Amino acid sequence: MARFMPLEQAVRENLKHGDTVAFEGFTHLIPTAAVHEAIRQGFMDLTLVRMTPDLIYDQMVGMGMAKKLVFSYVGNPGVGLLRRVRDSVENGWPRGVEIEEHSHAAMANAYEAGAAGLPLAVLRGYRGAGLAEVNPNIKSITCPFTGEKLAAVPAVRPDVTFIHAQKADKKGNVLIEGIIGIQKEAALAAKRAVVTVEEVVDDFSDAHPNLCILPHWTITAIAEVPGGAHPSYTHGYYARDNAAYLEWDQIAADRERFRLWMEEHVMKAKPEDFAARVEKLRVAK
Amino acid sequence: MSDFTPNEMMTIAASRALTSTDVCFVGIGAPSAACNVARLTHAPDITLIYESGTIGTAPDVLPLSIGDGELCDTALTTVSVPEMFRYWLQGGRITIGFLGAAQLDKYGNINTTVIGDYHKPKTRLPGGGGAPEIATSSQQVYITMAQSKRGMVEKIDFYTSFGHGDGGDHRKRLGIDTKGPTLLITDLAIWKPDPETKEFTVVSMHPGVTREMVQETCGWQVKFADKVEETPAPTELELKTLRDLKARTDAAHKGN
Repeated sequence: MARFMPLEQAVRENLKHGDTVAFEGFTHLIPTAAVHEAIRQGFMDLTLVRMTPDLIYDQMVGMGMAKKLVFSYVGNPGVGLLRRVRDSVENGWPRGVEIEEHSHAAMANAYEAGAAGLPLAVLRGYRGAGLAEVNPNIKSITCPFTGEKLAAVPAVRPDVTFIHAQKADKKGNVLIEGIIGIQKEAALAAKRAVVTVEEVVDDFSDAHPNLCILPHWTITAIAEVPGGAHPSYTHGYYARDNAAYLEWDQIAADRERFRLWMEEHVMKAKPEDFAARVEKLRVAK
Repeated sequence: MSDFTPNEMMTIAASRALTSTDVCFVGIGAPSAACNVARLTHAPDITLIYESGTIGTAPDVLPLSIGDGELCDTALTTVSVPEMFRYWLQGGRITIGFLGAAQLDKYGNINTTVIGDYHKPKTRLPGGGGAPEIATSSQQVYITMAQSKRGMVEKIDFYTSFGHGDGGDHRKRLGIDTKGPTLLITDLAIWKPDPETKEFTVVSMHPGVTREMVQETCGWQVKFADKVEETPAPTELELKTLRDLKARTDAAHKGN
């Protein structure tokens, strides 16, 4: 049953050292505020799951919080590489990180399998692909009806999933729209689901009947954090801060510059600071 | 005809390969520019699909990422990521998968994962994302990249996505029944696979390009078709469309 609470409490009550955690968002609705709170609270030894670990995973890896990454694309979308992840993988700074790498199709299927309560996902995938040789969690299965050999990967079942969404109603039902990505599956696959929202409204009575809605009884905690996806965007609220993604490439290129940036913009900051960061990116409603 | 750069020629040559009846799964970067130039010129009814779930999108500026809001705003519909990969890609609905490459070999195998050993990489690249299945589930694959000896190599370090493997009927032997890479468009030339060996062969060179230029920027011994055509130079409309698109895009990404 969803409970409304400050983000600081939602993170403290739902994340533990050593957890397998997904902070999902497919370029849209990335839960940056939740990640920054997790960084401030200093969680360690996390297995970080995400299809597209971008800036926020670069930040957590750079802060030494990650034991393992499970992912399918580890880049700064449209810009290039993730320099803190590279430094960890190539040089072990600040610590080495274990890697379990998949394709998007496999990760999407694995989350869906998790949401569906299945132990594995089956797909026509990885044919001729090198990942099948380096990732022991990519296996094959033979269709009992046709004899076709298909790829099999284990379901993703996070201890906790964090997502960002447009709005919750007063009961704690959550509405997601625009590029909905993998958030519904990631939330339903997890033991606990924590959602940050742009705003809380009375009800969704005038909404289209086929909108993507997570009922309140699928969610553990909700925190209202306007701007909480920045520098990602929230469809209908504010645009993607593309300049910030370009700038991150410079910040993350240097260990000391990274450390100073994190100190100023994360360690000394608060969830309430996000609203001001999106002010110039607001779109007309 | 005004002057044009090799990159502009590449994008425009790639755009010409697309038609209004194509359903194209668009990779970011060079493919995205080519697909949108096609849409804005000769292929207005092309269906562009980005892996973020946007189907039939018509962006006014090129997206920086595959999930920019512009893609969703202008799409016919937006579906979830699992639906995108299961129903639309794996289901066989995509006619063209359009990919870029960090490293490419002469059989159209692509590496965007690592330079060096996988477990101890010299350079850790972003990885495949959707590419491993785009390369095998799309009906055919087009590839576009600028030529360089670093990029076009005899042997790639990692098989992120499978092209024609070791050539010949390698796809068939793995049970892959789609065509795989059928076209490579670089900044210097247009290449097609040899019908038997599947090795990429130069069939057309862009205006002003010589065989030496193609060979000097390619890490394998280049094969040329018996008759090598000259790629028609960009038209005024193609160039203007591309330049306007780039100008709008640059302005948008700087936050202006």
